[in-house]
Amino acid sequence: MQCKNPYRFKGGLRRPLRNSLQNSLIVLIVGMIFSVSSFAAPPTKEVNTTGLAVDDKTVKVGILHSVTGTMAISETGSVQAEKLAIEQINEMGGVLGRKIEFIQEDGASDWPTFAEKSKKLLVSDKVAAVFGCWTSASRKAVLPVFEQYNGMLYYPTFYEGLEQSPNVIYTGQEATQQIIAGIDWVVKNKGAKKFFLLGSDYIWPRTSNKIARKHIEKLGLQVVGEEYYPLGHTQFNSVINKIKLKKPDVLYAIVVGGSNVAFYKQLKAAGIDMTKEKPVVLTISVTEDEILGIGGENIVGAYAAMKYFQSLTNDNNKAFVEAFKKRWGEDIVIGDVTQAAYLGPWLWKAAVEKAGSFDIDKIRAASPGIELKTAPEGYVRIHPNHHLWSKTRIGHAQSDGQYKIVYETAELIEPDPFPKGYQ
Amino acid sequence: MFADYTLTELTSIFAMQGFAGLILFSIFVLMALGLAIIFGQMGVINMAHGEFMILGAYITYLTSTVVSEYLPGFFDMYFFIAMILAFIATFALGALVEWSMIRHLYRRPLDTLLATWGLSLILQQVYRTVFGAREVGVSLPDWMMGSYAITDMIEVPINGIFVMVLTIIITLAVYLMMQKSSLGKQTRAVVQNRQMAGAVGINTEKVDRYTFGIGCGIAGVAGSAFTMIGSTGPTAGQLYIVDTFLVVVFGGAASLLGTVASAFTISQAQSTMEFFLSGSMAKVLTLLTVVGILMLRPQGLFSLKIRR
Repeated sequence: MQCKNPYRFKGGLRRPLRNSLQNSLIVLIVGMIFSVSSFAAPPTKEVNTTGLAVDDKTVKVGILHSVTGTMAISETGSVQAEKLAIEQINEMGGVLGRKIEFIQEDGASDWPTFAEKSKKLLVSDKVAAVFGCWTSASRKAVLPVFEQYNGMLYYPTFYEGLEQSPNVIYTGQEATQQIIAGIDWVVKNKGAKKFFLLGSDYIWPRTSNKIARKHIEKLGLQVVGEEYYPLGHTQFNSVINKIKLKKPDVLYAIVVGGSNVAFYKQLKAAGIDMTKEKPVVLTISVTEDEILGIGGENIVGAYAAMKYFQSLTNDNNKAFVEAFKKRWGEDIVIGDVTQAAYLGPWLWKAAVEKAGSFDIDKIRAASPGIELKTAPEGYVRIHPNHHLWSKTRIGHAQSDGQYKIVYETAELIEPDPFPKGYQ
Repeated sequence: MFADYTLTELTSIFAMQGFAGLILFSIFVLMALGLAIIFGQMGVINMAHGEFMILGAYITYLTSTVVSEYLPGFFDMYFFIAMILAFIATFALGALVEWSMIRHLYRRPLDTLLATWGLSLILQQVYRTVFGAREVGVSLPDWMMGSYAITDMIEVPINGIFVMVLTIIITLAVYLMMQKSSLGKQTRAVVQNRQMAGAVGINTEKVDRYTFGIGCGIAGVAGSAFTMIGSTGPTAGQLYIVDTFLVVVFGGAASLLGTVASAFTISQAQSTMEFFLSGSMAKVLTLLTVVGILMLRPQGLFSLKIRR
């Protein structure tokens, strides 16, 4: 097994696994009994004191992603992951003896629509939790609504940090978790001294590159260029020439969306061979999902720093990938965000069970410290700042569109959405 | 910024930058030709131009999938067939759209804008339903990838050369068609005076349908070629539409020469500025310059001199 599993060092892998299998079997059986005889579940008036959409048999949650518009490309995977998690939880008997029913709304890649739909979910549907949003812009748009009506949002995307809301659990990595480990790795293993930072022109790449630059300069190394291109830019020949002139050791790329495809195709066409030693291409924005559009042969040799890759070999992930493919088709690929979206319903379930209640305030109080040992990425724990402790891995892009994991941080990295000295 | 580099390094970078500019120029011409024909000759503002391009890209994707599945030995050459199929498909869709929608709106240019915008949304959703929301990866034959090294330092991307050659061929073909063929002559006659052209026996409706179809067909070929350099997804057409309109309007809507000249000006300005400034800044300056020139010369760089 290539990837190191934490349990191996804490007294073996097999035992907790067998226990958890047994537990889930027990839960399954108990759940089946509960579902036929509902009186065993705690009475609704005890677990729901704030008028959420919970009755004796069901609890309603919301799924709020773009299934139309530009962002549909990225958000489809998250919707699939959340539905899969909900179905699996229901098979195990649901949450506090109640089946989860979801209400799906379409944010349509339009931020005011996200705000409007989130209000609908919280005010008219009174959902107990919402799994959704993808871009920071959509999250910022719904944030006031969640805070005003006291909802709970599980947000799956890796993002720039600088935010911590009592009404959001961030299941993706914040910027420092992704960036610092990646740069440390490339400095140590590739002897990198000169960096070229490149990004699409909006808040996430800019904030991330700012953190990257501070960290590079702290290490006493050099940033030879920093460039931003408008979202949707499709012509990168000029910047590729500039990169050739500056000869960086590392090209740190945070290009997103359709630009991504154009950038990697043109990089390859311009004769920059990523399988060679220099320049090393390190990205934090290309998951397996994006490679589908880029084409594996155009990005082979690049490195990505993320917390999850589909090729992780732990048993949780094997089961997850198998279930995901069974549900959504053999050809599907699973990226970092999809996995993070999958964590949302499970973390919510754990919080509800720990709190013994669906009330938002009780879930919030119960959330810090919640662990998920069944997470496909291995193990995660909610930090009091509502982000997750997680590991960062380095993946090496292969021509079949998958990443081969070449490195994994030894410890979980503490989430630090407001990093001191990096702003 | 150049103090640290040797003369050979600088020359080769400038040579490569020159190529980058020329490639961008070819791409702009290819994007804009179809629109220039429709907008310039028919006065129809086709907001769905990008979606016609993406239809061409999807046809290329389908062709590549089918060929690699059933005729793997043929894969090296599939791209040419894909471009022809892309032309046929987009031509057919263009003619259909003209017949069902555009011809009812010729006297209402602003309504065509709205109608074609609606069409672009419909097409996007159709692509999403048929091909899925995710982008598809179009695999290319090996000979079309990589770069051709002229010297040790100067490397020219092969797909760039391909786009340049394609652009020259299509531009020449369009020029000959408009100037020499009977369809071209009829088109120009209809543009100049619709009633009179009808009076001398030209079937103006048929001419309209062919013109619109050809404009869309060229968009399809452009889209097919752009699978080499860009993404193929339901909304990828939106990435091109702004630049396309910029080129056509700046060049003077009725003139094909204007389109070529404006593509050249904008591409050179943009690629030079991108090299010296950051990408976003270059875009801002390009747009500012174009706006400034259009304020002084609202008809664009070139315009037909006609008595009104």
